[in-house]
Amino acid sequence: MKIGIPKEIFEDERRVAATPPSVHKLIGLGYEVIVESGAGEAANYSDTAYEKVEAAIATDTSSLWKEADFILKVRAPMENPALGKHEADLMKEGAFLVSYIWPAQNPELLEKLAARKITSFAIDSLPRISRAQKMDALSAMANIAGYRAVIEAANHFGRFFTGQVTAAGKVPPAKIMVIGAGVAGLAAIGAANSMGAIVRAFDTRLEVKEQVESMGAEFLVLDFEDEDGSGSGGYAKQMSDEFIKAEMALFAEQAKEVDIIITTALIPGKPAPKLITADMVKSMKPGSVIVDLASERGGNCELTEPGKVAHHHGVTLIGYTDLPSRMAKVASELYATNLVHLLTELTPEKDGKPVVNMDDEVIRGLTVVHEEDITWPPPKPESPVSPKPAPGTEEPSAADKAAAKKDADRKSLIGKTVLLVVTALALYGVGAHAPESFLQHFTVFVLSCFIGWQVIWNVTPSLHTPLMSVTNAISGIIVIGAILHLAQAENFAVGIMAFVAVLIASINVGGGFRVTHRMLKMFRK
Amino acid sequence: MSTGLVSVAYVVASICFILSLGGLSHQESARRGNLYGVAGIIIAVGATLASVDGGIVSIVIAVLLGAGIGIAIANKVEMTQMPQLVALLHSFVGAAAVFVGFSGYIEPLIATSGAEHTIKLVEVYVGIFIGAVTFTGSLVACGKLDGRIDSKALTLPGRHMMNLVAVIVCVFLGAWFLGTDSMALGIVALVLMTAIASVLGIHLIMAIGGADMPVVVSMLNSYSGWAAASIGFMLGNDLLIVTGALVGSSGAILSYIMCKAMNRSFISVILGGFGQTSSSSAAADADQTVHESSVDDVCEELRNAQSVIIVPGYGMAVAQAQNGVSEMTKILRDKGVNVRFGIHPVAGRLPGHMNVLLAEAHVPYDIVLEMDEINEDFPDTDVVLVIGANDTVNPAAAEDPGSPIAGMPVLEVWKAHQVVILKRGMATGYSGVENPLFFKDNARMLFGDAKESIDKLVSGLRG
Repeated sequence: MKIGIPKEIFEDERRVAATPPSVHKLIGLGYEVIVESGAGEAANYSDTAYEKVEAAIATDTSSLWKEADFILKVRAPMENPALGKHEADLMKEGAFLVSYIWPAQNPELLEKLAARKITSFAIDSLPRISRAQKMDALSAMANIAGYRAVIEAANHFGRFFTGQVTAAGKVPPAKIMVIGAGVAGLAAIGAANSMGAIVRAFDTRLEVKEQVESMGAEFLVLDFEDEDGSGSGGYAKQMSDEFIKAEMALFAEQAKEVDIIITTALIPGKPAPKLITADMVKSMKPGSVIVDLASERGGNCELTEPGKVAHHHGVTLIGYTDLPSRMAKVASELYATNLVHLLTELTPEKDGKPVVNMDDEVIRGLTVVHEEDITWPPPKPESPVSPKPAPGTEEPSAADKAAAKKDADRKSLIGKTVLLVVTALALYGVGAHAPESFLQHFTVFVLSCFIGWQVIWNVTPSLHTPLMSVTNAISGIIVIGAILHLAQAENFAVGIMAFVAVLIASINVGGGFRVTHRMLKMFRK
Repeated sequence: MSTGLVSVAYVVASICFILSLGGLSHQESARRGNLYGVAGIIIAVGATLASVDGGIVSIVIAVLLGAGIGIAIANKVEMTQMPQLVALLHSFVGAAAVFVGFSGYIEPLIATSGAEHTIKLVEVYVGIFIGAVTFTGSLVACGKLDGRIDSKALTLPGRHMMNLVAVIVCVFLGAWFLGTDSMALGIVALVLMTAIASVLGIHLIMAIGGADMPVVVSMLNSYSGWAAASIGFMLGNDLLIVTGALVGSSGAILSYIMCKAMNRSFISVILGGFGQTSSSSAAADADQTVHESSVDDVCEELRNAQSVIIVPGYGMAVAQAQNGVSEMTKILRDKGVNVRFGIHPVAGRLPGHMNVLLAEAHVPYDIVLEMDEINEDFPDTDVVLVIGANDTVNPAAAEDPGSPIAGMPVLEVWKAHQVVILKRGMATGYSGVENPLFFKDNARMLFGDAKESIDKLVSGLRG
């Protein structure tokens, strides 16, 4: 089957759906790959690079669309002004398509695709489960957007991020507030933090506090009774009015203090919530910057102009909607890898023939058009958020635990008492009945055990093997007993036994020390 | 030589032995420690030779011959065969203890009577018993470690009962032995007991599986010490008692450390057989998939990493991959990557087994760290390479209270950004417990023989 990689025609779209390494992997899955001439140019991938990995190059746009059985794209199919035709109509009937589709916003597109019997996978409709993470293009792009947001902010911000003390005076560090600690928010926090800024972050989902702190930001907490904003699928849900009021008060207060605000708040299927009002923008210091990552969905700030940089009240508002595309090389790389993973799932036999297994939760979620049927939205997935305890491993109640602990304590106490009594009795027996000579040896024995105990605990664990071989060697000291017997042997059998004992104990001594020496010689810095 | 001088020489020898063990507390002083041990034994043997009257010739022949054989074996042995050698040497101490015990019974060096005599007989009996168990047990352990005997645990039905009966019979034989005045009957009792103890030794160790060997070998080490000590009691020789006690407690501590590292009681290890109570904790979730990786990808990850931790296990020893691992470590360190090793206390078949193998392959010892030293560094680590380890990196031990290995301290490799597991297949480890690590999102499997994979990685990193 032939995979086609067309050149993106959306304005300012620099990404491409396949890179030379990903093409190589696609061919490994049994596909043939055709790349439209110049498709990767904006992302710094030349036609020759594609040719090197044995992709065919199509110079003519419409022939590529006609020939390919499986189109990999970034942007959703749209009207091609040069050819005067919609991309969906350029495709072969019954072909396959992977791209962003946004099925909720584009019902007409779905109908168009279904009419052409094009089985379509919307990469944006990927179920958010752990198995699907390797195909999660939204997260990959959000990560890039978060990073780029900080870079854009730095570009428009007239100061250092990091605080400096120079001969010419002290420069304070920049203070940055990040709203929404999703993938983009966390990436922004990480980038800003590593550039030396002081970063604070806010999110309605309390569960992300730890992640925020692990990236080096302070987590802003509302003065509000517990309301957790975690919705299904790892997204936030809409909050109550009182909560929003408290939240807005926090933002108003922070706006006066911080230099840069990066907003990433989105609620699935709804326009972006307006979190930064015109008054808040007014209250910010002149020269401050706001980067609105939600601008494509209306923006989190009232004054954002989608796709543009605006200036209001001395504040720069960045509303770019194409941040991932501004880092086309890495964005293409990650997106292409996501698609390779998806195609690997689709072609289990690696024979270049996609199998649409609608029983697979991931594939089911992705497929928005299956042959001539619109299959969007998929049946509701179970909520994966609250981890269910596995059957049979329910946490024992606190009372049970305490009882168990008490029981164990009592048992160990009984054990210890018994041991103490037995030891005392044994010592009494030895002291009362054993002869003097035995007691002398007994004293030596007990003290030696204690010395051994003290000395051995100091041995470093990495030398445990040499320790064993050296103790082995010195336990060959039993040779002394054998020597004494051999020297005085009258009985022949005793002589033989003593001789053998001396011999094998000597093997032990010689071998043990020698091998220890060999081992120790190997340990070096 | 007067008895006074001999006693002083023995005191000096004892001190040498203590210094010898003390020297092992650090790598730098370890070699000196070994020399102290050699000095101790030479002083002890020399003083003994000077004090005896006859039989010098045969003694010198036996000592020189034995030492020569020992040194020859030690020169030849491969470091991977270390566990077998140590076990074999233990068996020699056990056998020597049996012989000396018999000699001591037939021809006592010191005449005794009354309570002293009874105590001496007990010492003879106990010495031979421990010696015999050590002897056969160590031989079996040696065979298992060498692969001549199947390393799987042999679990006969009613085996605890059989062991118990053997011990009880030995106790009754002992009572008979103490009660009889006839030397011939006494010898019969001793021989019978030796036979039973030998079988007991075999059976005890047969019932213990491969990965419990560190405990077994250190336990046998301890036994050989106690055998020497009881012979020392029999002969009234303080040097033997001191040395035996040192060795005995050393082995006991090692066994304790090993058991602690597996979160199992000493008794349960000795009684053998693991995981008969519960086979597998939870069937693998249907949603779980493993992510397979390729040599190129792993090379790429290693090249881009700033810090790498390598976690070796018995699989590395089996595949003989340590030289490749050392080579890879060197390449990465030359590139400025911070490479370290994390060693679980029970990795391998002998306490400290991995350290010796890595040292042999010229890995500097100061980057080879213990579990406790390195466990908190995993969250800041870019790539962890797990080579032939399984149970020692199983997150179930820390996360699943229902797992048979719950509570066992493990290397928390899954906290690193990326874990690459070199493994032949998806088989479970020694404990038979499913390893959820393989299904983690940050885990990648690199299937294949560890040595081949490592060699490919080395050439990939060079290129």
